[in-house]
Amino acid sequence: MTGHAECKLRTELPKIFKVSRVAIEAKGHKSIFLSGTLDSKPGQFIMVWLPGVEEKPMAVSEVGAEEFAFCYHTLGPFTQACDKLKPGDKIGIRGPYGNGFGIREHAMVVGGGVGMSSVSTLIDALSNPLIINGARDKEHLLYLERFKGKQMTVCTDDGSAGKKEFTTDALKEALDANPNIRMVYTCGPELMMKKVVELCNERMVDCEASVERYMKCGFGVCGNCLIDDRIICTEGPVFSGLRLKEMQEFGTFARLKTGKKVPLSEYYGKA
Amino acid sequence: MLSTKLCGRSLENPTILASGILGVSKASIARMGKEGAGAVTLKSLCHEERKGHPGPNMFVIDGGMLNAVGLPGQGIDNAAKEFGRLDDLRIPVIGSVFGYTVKQFGEVTEKMAALKPAMIEVDVSCPHMDYETPFYADAASLAKITKLVKKKAKGIPISMKLSPNVHNIAELAKACEKAGADCITAINTASGMKIDIEVMKPILGNKTGGLSGPALKPIAVRCVYEIYKAVKIPIIGTGGVMDGKDALEMIMAGATAVGVGTAVYYQGPEVFRRITSEMKAWMKEHEITSLDDIRGVAHK
Repeated sequence: MTGHAECKLRTELPKIFKVSRVAIEAKGHKSIFLSGTLDSKPGQFIMVWLPGVEEKPMAVSEVGAEEFAFCYHTLGPFTQACDKLKPGDKIGIRGPYGNGFGIREHAMVVGGGVGMSSVSTLIDALSNPLIINGARDKEHLLYLERFKGKQMTVCTDDGSAGKKEFTTDALKEALDANPNIRMVYTCGPELMMKKVVELCNERMVDCEASVERYMKCGFGVCGNCLIDDRIICTEGPVFSGLRLKEMQEFGTFARLKTGKKVPLSEYYGKA
Repeated sequence: MLSTKLCGRSLENPTILASGILGVSKASIARMGKEGAGAVTLKSLCHEERKGHPGPNMFVIDGGMLNAVGLPGQGIDNAAKEFGRLDDLRIPVIGSVFGYTVKQFGEVTEKMAALKPAMIEVDVSCPHMDYETPFYADAASLAKITKLVKKKAKGIPISMKLSPNVHNIAELAKACEKAGADCITAINTASGMKIDIEVMKPILGNKTGGLSGPALKPIAVRCVYEIYKAVKIPIIGTGGVMDGKDALEMIMAGATAVGVGTAVYYQGPEVFRRITSEMKAWMKEHEITSLDDIRGVAHK
């Protein structure tokens, strides 16, 4: 019975970091860089506390020797408060949390919109992945500079940059052209991920997707981020395509802040 | 060996998932049954949808956890639609209810009772809720709620969940018993605060919150001990139970069943199986065949 000894040693308090710099990544997208180190695996996330405002989960989007970053799309009050951060400001970080991606080579990475930030450290960790980077238009595309020199297919909904097609169409073409692909990673709008998962399952290609839900604790207790009977913050956010195929709520339902189960379209409207 | 009778229901073992931990969806409570819990308590529901407090909502300090989630919930009406009924799972389900006024406690209970849970737990004691009055500290208010809830529960046993943030928990439990309560759940979390000295602010979005986990356990054991002396109805002993020894301690203080909440954080949902196997091993070693033989034994 070792329970007590473990408990007394374990804490999950926000650690305070100073903002080192702010970078504009695309229209409405910024990265907040923090001075210090973070021992995280690709696909993990952190709980970001703006003292006096709120705390929200954010993907770790860059990890360096002296700083790390999270990237966000300005939408609600929390991200609007993030927009006001400047170098020297102190914010709290809990984590990293979550399981992260399992690293395998001969891989493709499919990112849609701000979902690219959740797979960006994975791209850094893979030796030579094929990347599909999609957004609604040219102005909203992330990391064109950062991943210059890598094998990246760009697609936009309006054709203002790269091909005018969906990431899932680009994936189909890429899988046809590269039968040696063994693994597909994805993060982006859930309906996009659902299609990616279906495509991969049909072709017997392994696949992992990073799923998002409203989160409160980050460590598997509050139950707000449940998808079916799985706990996203500790048992996810990354799930295999085969596991996701079994989940009835994937691509269909999510829970609001109140825990009410609603269709995904309503979730994205309100949460 | 561990089978336990609680208010007429047979539980496979005395561990009960405490309210507020993962009990949001039917799929998740069914899973806790598979993980080995003897019963599960739903996250508390009231008459309306609640978003809860701003974050941070929860974090872990030395020896325990502080939370001020603020009772978010989809409300009893949405939950009724989602769950349908609560008596069609293999595991007994305890519905947890609250309201802002005495009347609302009654209304929510009536709707919960229609879902046919095994029991109804009445959360009068969240330490960071904007109740109309602090029901949990006043014997007369508690009696009023108990009476009304008992009537609206239409025969489903009710358990009143009490707060440690009082000086007379045994008297309050007695008042509940007298008013018709079938069971006492003791205890809710203890009120607490944590300040970050770098940003010089309380960390919880709500500033104050409830302390749970190992640091709460001695308080919980003392409360269960005092309540056991004062009442005849069963007690669900809740607060800081991490392993089989803790569960046995709670039973020796007088608990019939044992709530498990924060331990799910430290050890994952597998904690139920771990607690029960540790209890069995200890009982075997001490040649005890039934929990009835050690319940309240610390009072002798």
